[in-house]
Amino acid sequence: MNIVVLMKQVPDTEAPVEIAESNVAIDTEDTKWAINPYDEFSLEEALLIKEAKGDSKVTLVTVGPDHVAEAIRVAYAMGVDEAIHINDEIDDEVYGAVDPHTTAAIIAAALKDVPFDLIIAGQRAVDDDSYLVPALVANKLNLPIISLVTKQETTDTEINCVQSIDGGTAVVKAALPALITTQKGINEPRYPNFRAIMKAKKKKVDERELEDIGLDPENFGINGAKVKIRSMEFPPERGQGKIIEGSSPAEKAKILVNLLKEEASVI
Amino acid sequence: MAQGVMVVAELFNGSFKKVSLEALSKGKALADSLGESLVAVVMGAAVSEPAKELAKYGADLIVVAQDADLEGYRPCQQHNVLVDIINDKAPRMVLFGATRQGKELSANVSATLDVGLAQECLDLFIEDQKLVAKRTLFGGKIIATVDIEGDTQLATIRPNVFEITEATGAGVVEECAVNLGTVNVTLIEEKVEVSSKIELTEADYIVSGGRAMDGPDFSILENLAATLGGAVGASRNAVDAGWRPQTDQVGQTGKVVSPKLYIACGISGAMQHIAGMSTSDVIVAINNDPDALIFKTSDYSIVDDLFDVVPAITEEIKKLA
Ligand SMILES: Cc1cc2nc3c(=O)[nH]c(=O)nc-3n(C[C@H](O)[C@H](O)[C@H](O)COP(=O)(O)OP(=O)(O)OC[C@H]3O[C@@H](n4cnc5c(N)ncnc54)[C@H](O)[C@@H]3O)c2cc1C
Ligand SMILES: Nc1ncnc2c1ncn2[C@@H]1O[C@H](COP(=O)(O)O)[C@@H](O)[C@H]1O
Repeated sequence: MNIVVLMKQVPDTEAPVEIAESNVAIDTEDTKWAINPYDEFSLEEALLIKEAKGDSKVTLVTVGPDHVAEAIRVAYAMGVDEAIHINDEIDDEVYGAVDPHTTAAIIAAALKDVPFDLIIAGQRAVDDDSYLVPALVANKLNLPIISLVTKQETTDTEINCVQSIDGGTAVVKAALPALITTQKGINEPRYPNFRAIMKAKKKKVDERELEDIGLDPENFGINGAKVKIRSMEFPPERGQGKIIEGSSPAEKAKILVNLLKEEASVI
Repeated sequence: MAQGVMVVAELFNGSFKKVSLEALSKGKALADSLGESLVAVVMGAAVSEPAKELAKYGADLIVVAQDADLEGYRPCQQHNVLVDIINDKAPRMVLFGATRQGKELSANVSATLDVGLAQECLDLFIEDQKLVAKRTLFGGKIIATVDIEGDTQLATIRPNVFEITEATGAGVVEECAVNLGTVNVTLIEEKVEVSSKIELTEADYIVSGGRAMDGPDFSILENLAATLGGAVGASRNAVDAGWRPQTDQVGQTGKVVSPKLYIACGISGAMQHIAGMSTSDVIVAINNDPDALIFKTSDYSIVDDLFDVVPAITEEIKKLA
């Protein structure tokens, strides 16, 4: 079985972010990068299917700037067979393909001559939270899409999934090829050790530019974006919160409830 | 010519989701500012009766699509029917509640119509007759103002952010012809819990517990939540320990919530947790470590043992009643 995993590299969620001078992107000079957590679930699921079935190949597809190479190395160390990196470093102002439509167009073009039975993507990338690239890719490639999957069973021709829906779960099936997105709970991603990561440095990455996959950079970046960032700001500061002093838990509780009622007016 | 604002309203267990009414209220304000009409869309098995209620929130026209195969979670079928409705009515913009269904449906429509979509919006306004949105990026660390491009602009709104306001609309109900189209995902079984539990993303009050709960007994948090008329949430640590279901998890790999009041009990305040609750109106943190990170994000902080403080808060709130 040929499995494609769509992976995005995102700023490490632990670290603060700075807004760039342009005010429409973040300053990535000191950014520490990581694999989008939902894409770790996708990588793990692809590897589990491969291990269970044997005779399978896992191909990673990622769109991003130069430093994505780091994330690819981690994916290789996890066990991915091949990686395709479409380098979209054409326009600093549109960091990391914040626009899902252009990203999806790039992915669909890159997949033109990659055979696949199943595509696994994350439900969302935790930098832009767009929940959109998988739907766009599925639409362009005319594939059934099953989102927020917590469990799957795949035969050579069909995929059966349990997915999270509002208020519960659904069991659904689709014919292959299909695209699914992952939800927490589907698996526990493996952590490759340092040695495996070092060894993965030797692996070759199939790096391509937009022109290589038949796309005109003119139509990408800010030009092709369907959601254009006009400005960025930090959320309003909560200020230094009030520390509630009191001689006992009961007294603190009393003061809190009074503040919630009189000052904050929320109860 | 594009005209007016459309809102897709979701019925759940026979009543409209709160977030759908919030979307209608915002949609009405946007329609008024354009001087145009508000169209509501309701899809499901038997929806024309309940749909009438939407006139109360300013819907001028209520398009109902009735078919057993549109009931519940049917992203494929609903997408096919909704695209027909959008093509027919040609609204300038379409709003959805950011439920799982709303996010999936809007994403599929965005793909088919090749138009822009902003998810989980915190604010919406109109400039040059086009929709502009405010939404969070990078796990709530940044708020961006974005221009949505395309002939029909799409947006989902984060639950609990917009007010519900009543208004008068003509409320003309129009049943549309339903063509389910090509369906490439087959539903085998749908298990939806019909409980009195308030859905976390719609709760006005959330009491969340973390690793400090030290076991599956969350009764003190449940009592406080019940007294407030709210719901119980959890940190990832509490979920991973198996004390709470995944559906209770708040954060980057859980739900994003925006209640009036969020009470974090024994939660350290990791960025990934903050990402799920930072847009709450008021945040209270209870932690016995005075240096806990969570105090940096809270409006009111109590440094003490949660097992003593939480029951005391419950008692104090009961006294108010
Ligand atoms: C990719 C990724 C995604 C993640 N996604 C999420 C997510 O969605 N949601 C999430 O919550 N986390 C998430 N995390 C985990 C996150 O980083 C933290 O590890 C987690 O939030 C910590 O949970 P906690 O606060 O319950 O536990 P801890 O960090 O262990 O904190 C427990 C706190 O309780 C306090 N305490 C102990 N006893 C008491 C007492 N008796 N009374 C009062 N206070 C007490 C302690 O002082 C401490 O501050 C994610 C991590 C990663 C790497
Ligand atoms: N630049 C990218 N390269 C590869 N896959 C991506 C990229 N952006 C998004 N994806 C995939 O789409 C999912 C959802 O992303 P988003 O729609 O941006 O929230 C991610 O989890 C990835 O699987």
